[in-house]
Amino acid sequence: MPGTSTLERRLFRLQRLSAMVLAVCLVVHLITMILAVQGGLTAAEILARTRDNTAWLAFYLAFVLMVTLHVPIGLRNILRELTGWPTSRVNLASLFAGFVLLTFGLRAAWAVFLA
Amino acid sequence: MASLSMGLNNDSRNRRTSGYWAFLGHRISGLALAAFLPLHFLALGSALSGEDALQKVIGWTDMPFVKLAELGLVFSLALHLGLGLRILYIEHAANMKRHKFFAGLSFIFAGTATLVFLLSLSVL
Amino acid sequence: MTQAIATEASVVKVRVWRGKEQGEYQAYEVPRQPSQTVLDIVTYIQREIDPSLSYRFACRVGVCGSCAMVVNGQARWTCRTHVDKVAQDGEIEIAPLRNLPVVKDLVTDMAPFFDKWAKAKGQFQGDTTRHDEFARVEPESKQRQAVDLAIECIGCGVCYSSCDVVSWRPDYLGPAALNRAWTLMNDVRDTGKEDRLEAVGNDAGCLACHTHTSCTELCPKQLSPTASIAGLKRMVR
Repeated sequence: MPGTSTLERRLFRLQRLSAMVLAVCLVVHLITMILAVQGGLTAAEILARTRDNTAWLAFYLAFVLMVTLHVPIGLRNILRELTGWPTSRVNLASLFAGFVLLTFGLRAAWAVFLA
Repeated sequence: MASLSMGLNNDSRNRRTSGYWAFLGHRISGLALAAFLPLHFLALGSALSGEDALQKVIGWTDMPFVKLAELGLVFSLALHLGLGLRILYIEHAANMKRHKFFAGLSFIFAGTATLVFLLSLSVL
Repeated sequence: MTQAIATEASVVKVRVWRGKEQGEYQAYEVPRQPSQTVLDIVTYIQREIDPSLSYRFACRVGVCGSCAMVVNGQARWTCRTHVDKVAQDGEIEIAPLRNLPVVKDLVTDMAPFFDKWAKAKGQFQGDTTRHDEFARVEPESKQRQAVDLAIECIGCGVCYSSCDVVSWRPDYLGPAALNRAWTLMNDVRDTGKEDRLEAVGNDAGCLACHTHTSCTELCPKQLSPTASIAGLKRMVR
């Protein structure tokens, strides 16, 4: 049931590379969250930071893109190990997860930029 | 007639290694985050309908169950980050010297982050 | 041999797996001796109580790895496992190695283990002959030091038995095979590196390791297949 070696290696590399970028994004995100919830979390506060701010938009777009790479590859590994699914079904499920994350994520990043 | 226990292999007497707990923490936190993210994106996307729509969604977090889930997610986020860095360390440093330490450190980091978040919600 | 008085303290209660993958644990009582090993126990049972018990051993001094079994849930060399160390409340449970077909009782079929060794291209490939000069290998070089740390594997199967990923993925090559592949990838004389990297650089190879480190914790020769596999992952880049 193994996949082709080249695909597996590329996915592995992508997984690790996206992880490194996400590590930076996550640290920023954690700090941002902890600061944001102090004194109560309001939509006004969030949007004041993100509205029309291209820097934050760029950050969140990069964040979403990395997540779209990292999560489906991780899910793919889990499916491979815990289910007996053929490679084609595993790939399809992972692609679907990536599609959901990309579309929902881009929408979210755009929403807080535009609001 | 019995069968040699299969399934999760190596019964609990095998004294789980710290590497196993690290793997388990990493996987469970990863799944939690993966399940949560689409909901998170949907919630933020409500801002397309204006500030009030987003505020309404934020209001859901006042429910105690949601608050608890929030804390769980902060824990998962920090744990997945820490354990992920541990893996990157093992794979790049060719060094098994500190892998147990980093596993423990990740759990402590996650706990601390969650505590700080909890304090930020209530006191700070 | 002096007969031990059959009091509670001087008897070890042993449960031994009998059968194949389907079977049952059978209970025996073995007189306790000083410095007794689990192999001593199994040997006593087969010679004095139940000659139908099947098990493997050879050197009985911790050199060959043939006597590897699962004792109280952990894979170990039974000739190097003192009863005092593992007998909780004077009881021991002995089973065959995991993740391998059971031939009978405590004997497993090691063929799949070595088949994966071959699949990982765990054999040396050279291009010189007896007529060529000796190869020069610097013992202090980083590559040779990496080999030296991993080369002492004798293929006992303890790591393979203990690996969760092996039990989850039947096609996973396993810690021993990958460890051996790593030593060859660092062997300056070897010419088969490209094929080998192809053989191990995939989902059934080094990429599947989740660093549980059960292999490293339990290897009787204190090797670290986890570190070797991490090395292979670096080579896969």
